[in-house]
Amino acid sequence: MEPLQFDMAHLLAGGLVLVSFMLLYQERMYALLNLFALHAVVLALSVAWQAFIQQAPHLYITAAIALGFKGIVIPVALHRIVQRLHIHRAIEAVVGIGPTMLAGMGLVALSVGVILPITSASSSLAREDLAFSLAVILLGLLMMVSRRNAVSQVVGFMSLENGLILAAAGAKGMPLVVEISVAFSILIAFIVIGIFLFRIRERFDTVDLHALDSFRGERP
Amino acid sequence: MALTRDLIIQGAQVLLVLALAPLLTGWVRKVKARLLRRRGPPLLQPYRELLRLIRKEAVLAENASWLFRVAPYMIFSAIWVAAALVPTFSIQLIFGRAADLIVIVALLGSARFFLALAGLDVGTSFGGIGSSREMMLAALAEPAMLMIVFTLSLMAGSTQLSSIAEYMIGPTVGIRISLALSAVALIMVALAENARIPVDNPATHLELTMVHEAMVLEYSGRHLAMIEAASSLKLLLYVSLLAAIFTPWGMASTGQSLAAYLLGAAVYAAKLAAGGFALAVFETSIAKMRVFRVSQFLGAALMLGLLATLLLFVSRNL
Repeated sequence: MEPLQFDMAHLLAGGLVLVSFMLLYQERMYALLNLFALHAVVLALSVAWQAFIQQAPHLYITAAIALGFKGIVIPVALHRIVQRLHIHRAIEAVVGIGPTMLAGMGLVALSVGVILPITSASSSLAREDLAFSLAVILLGLLMMVSRRNAVSQVVGFMSLENGLILAAAGAKGMPLVVEISVAFSILIAFIVIGIFLFRIRERFDTVDLHALDSFRGERP
Repeated sequence: MALTRDLIIQGAQVLLVLALAPLLTGWVRKVKARLLRRRGPPLLQPYRELLRLIRKEAVLAENASWLFRVAPYMIFSAIWVAAALVPTFSIQLIFGRAADLIVIVALLGSARFFLALAGLDVGTSFGGIGSSREMMLAALAEPAMLMIVFTLSLMAGSTQLSSIAEYMIGPTVGIRISLALSAVALIMVALAENARIPVDNPATHLELTMVHEAMVLEYSGRHLAMIEAASSLKLLLYVSLLAAIFTPWGMASTGQSLAAYLLGAAVYAAKLAAGGFALAVFETSIAKMRVFRVSQFLGAALMLGLLATLLLFVSRNL
């Protein structure tokens, strides 16, 4: 394998992990949405590079879907939702940024420590790709549990899905049908979440999900 | 014969950093002024300021102890030694073998220790605020710096700067995300350590958020000259450090002709000019942050350093 091929794949996948951390660090709503668009762009570049290395043309379609839907359509839609609902621009986290960052570090260490020993038979390209994508998935989960605001939870969910696509692109022989169906189910999920956002907002006058807890009587 | 030549090179380096440091400060000020559409002071103004301060009488507070008088010289000498150890125009420095990145970090740390003590010594409230803030920053900046050192030395297999620079020039180095992360983290640490704009403003006095200037408020005359020279040297040290690690091209290695050394010096001057220019552009395009946000800024640097070390294992264990 050419060293440059590995280097570029490594750089792009590592960049995706870094943008995940920037999503965790960000505390303003519009900047968060712009960073999410950047996340999708880095993902598209990474998948396109995998398509070039593996000489798998259908991966270019995956990259185009990632760029079009997640890089443009969903961020623009989220921008409009935030404007229409007059959502508070500051993002409230459940715990502070410092502990969240440390937890993120732990998750990255965990995914590196888990993936590298169990995939020792595969090619080095696939191994590091899997390690990085598991890190992105776990960071997306962390973002979903550490934020109160529904919009930032949606961003966490979408970034988690970006990690799944990165893993799928790294594995050789992933059929296009699977990828397209995953992409569309994510889009459907986004629409459903969007409708839920409007409903939550209508009923509780906020998108802070703690309002739901008190409504169910779980907290006074 | 080889020994004398090594000694001459090291001596040239020691004098070169001292001679160039105020010029770099003047260059950054000049570029900043031009970007703000002012004419700005001439490039040699920092030298004139140092000369004027040395000629002036040093005024001491009544309750200043011996520490207050000794600290400027300690700070200046520690930073000068550290700056002399960073490869600038030549990779091989004879003292460089005895001293590595960790020694440089330790020298900078002891300089900071003396500066904070001097700030506390007279007992004014500004000095106390400055010292406590400096220590708060240091508690985050130094671990970040050490994480960067760990990353680089794990990659190059040595903590010596000359070996790291040789590794970076060599063919075995690849594009690694760890390198990019540690470069960004090192730039953030350098901004904080040199009291540059997002963290502290080097151009103002008597602002409630100042850090560095608050500690040296009581100094005057030759003591202040020493401290000003030390902070210029520190800026030069960090620019040279970034240049030596991340853009090591053009440095002369052992046993090359005089022309190679002259070329190395010219390339070094170009790197310094580019670094100073980039710093000035960055400073004019960004606002200073609140002092309580600084811990987040440096925490991010620490996080980047930690992430660089973690991701290093992904590329190493393959």
